[in-house]
Amino acid sequence: MRLPAFRYLAPKTLAEASRMIADAGPDGMLVSGGTDLFPNMKRLQFDPRILVGLRHLSELLGVSGDPHRGMRIGAATPLHQLGLHPAIRARYPALATAAGSVATPQIRRMGTLGGNLCVDTRCNYYNQSYEWRRAIGFCMKRDGDVCLVAPGSPRCVAVSSSDTAPAMMALQATVVLSGPDGERTLPVAALYHDDGMAYLAKRPEEILTAILLPPVDGLRNTYWKLRRRGSFDFPILGVAASLRLDGDGTCTDARIVLGAVASRPVEAIEAEKLLLGQRLTSDLIEEAAMAAYRPAKPLDNTDLTLAYRKRMARVFVARALRELANLP
Amino acid sequence: MVPSPTLAVNIAPLRDVHKALIRLRVNGETHEVYVPVHKTLLEVLREDLNLTGTKHGCELGECGTCTVLVDGEPVLSCLALPIELQDRDIVTVEGLAERGVPHPLQVAFAELGAAQCGYCTPGILVAAKSLLDQNPRPTLDEIKEALAGNLCRCTGYIKILEAVELAAQRMTGNWKRETGNWGTGSGA
Repeated sequence: MRLPAFRYLAPKTLAEASRMIADAGPDGMLVSGGTDLFPNMKRLQFDPRILVGLRHLSELLGVSGDPHRGMRIGAATPLHQLGLHPAIRARYPALATAAGSVATPQIRRMGTLGGNLCVDTRCNYYNQSYEWRRAIGFCMKRDGDVCLVAPGSPRCVAVSSSDTAPAMMALQATVVLSGPDGERTLPVAALYHDDGMAYLAKRPEEILTAILLPPVDGLRNTYWKLRRRGSFDFPILGVAASLRLDGDGTCTDARIVLGAVASRPVEAIEAEKLLLGQRLTSDLIEEAAMAAYRPAKPLDNTDLTLAYRKRMARVFVARALRELANLP
Repeated sequence: MVPSPTLAVNIAPLRDVHKALIRLRVNGETHEVYVPVHKTLLEVLREDLNLTGTKHGCELGECGTCTVLVDGEPVLSCLALPIELQDRDIVTVEGLAERGVPHPLQVAFAELGAAQCGYCTPGILVAAKSLLDQNPRPTLDEIKEALAGNLCRCTGYIKILEAVELAAQRMTGNWKRETGNWGTGSGA
């Protein structure tokens, strides 16, 4: 499969990139690693006439700060570097694990953190060649007007497939978006809509420039990923969890975020409430896992069976919490 | 190729093709090519530079057979744009042999029969070279991890892993096959 033709623009500065993508309007797309965009372009899921390349912009590169003061990660930082970064591995293991489990070693060297946060939603009826999609009558996400997974659905139910997004939500990170009118920051949770088509709150002309991690301040955190193979595959379930425990083991802060169960990462708020103010026991963890499992509503549009993926939400939440509570 | 009438509805009409003069350094040799910017590195290597050792597989980032090294790191040439790689150091499987002498990885793969149809071999060889350049004494798990982005559909991976171990042993000299451990010689 070949890429459809486009013009390639190579801005030298962030300001220039902002102007280029604003001028390009709906014909333009941003590209950094290209590992999500280019396969999608080959399948004509996207057909931009202009690509604005971000990978060489110094404003988007580099990791700074430390876990005591918080860290800033340039959006074009390759995933591979995050998986290996000593401070991130030690203090933000949810992020190191999530970034280190994306796709393959090759793709982690090309793909970037910003790209993984903005990765297109996925669906068995969408991530197919143009000819395959035409043969089945196209879906609403591209070229058609119905949802082929849930034909009565008014909206697209393609699945949020980012590993780093739930991890960043559990770490309470924020993103920096730079647009023609200046910069704004958003909690990572506010970057997403539960809509497989309009899944990003980022405006098309905005560029995600950096991700800010708050000081770690005793936050234990982890990420568990379900997929068919130990490499290559997108998540069909991701569980990111973070906890703060005070001196006697009482939980003072809890985040449980599920990936790949909806069109955006889903925070299991009821489960978090059960943990707050309590000491983590096996029974409490089972109860919280059950509460986290209820909002997980996977649909039959990714790998493996629906019932298994839903059941594993409970199992993985329990495993993640046991890991954080040092229970066997 | 002329788009069929049904395709033309959804595919934009033929566009002016943006071409660029691109300078690529491949296996130590600098080439200048004037190519459409939407041609991938894989296509330029094979079609414009006649370096057909790098293989077309899935072309979607799902198989690893098109792997090449850019500044020593394994990347997928089917998803890389030459215009973004100017003046970077690109190594393909053709660049592994030195003055006609095969790389120890190539010798080990041949000796141990670590290739069946051979289609995945170029990508695996360069991915393994990147590993051994950065980590001359890898554990078996480290080898598996480094090759986790390369599929072989003929057979298992055991001979491939053994060949990388053998090459590492020959290149460093103190790996003990019987124990599966590196010796305690200098630097180990």
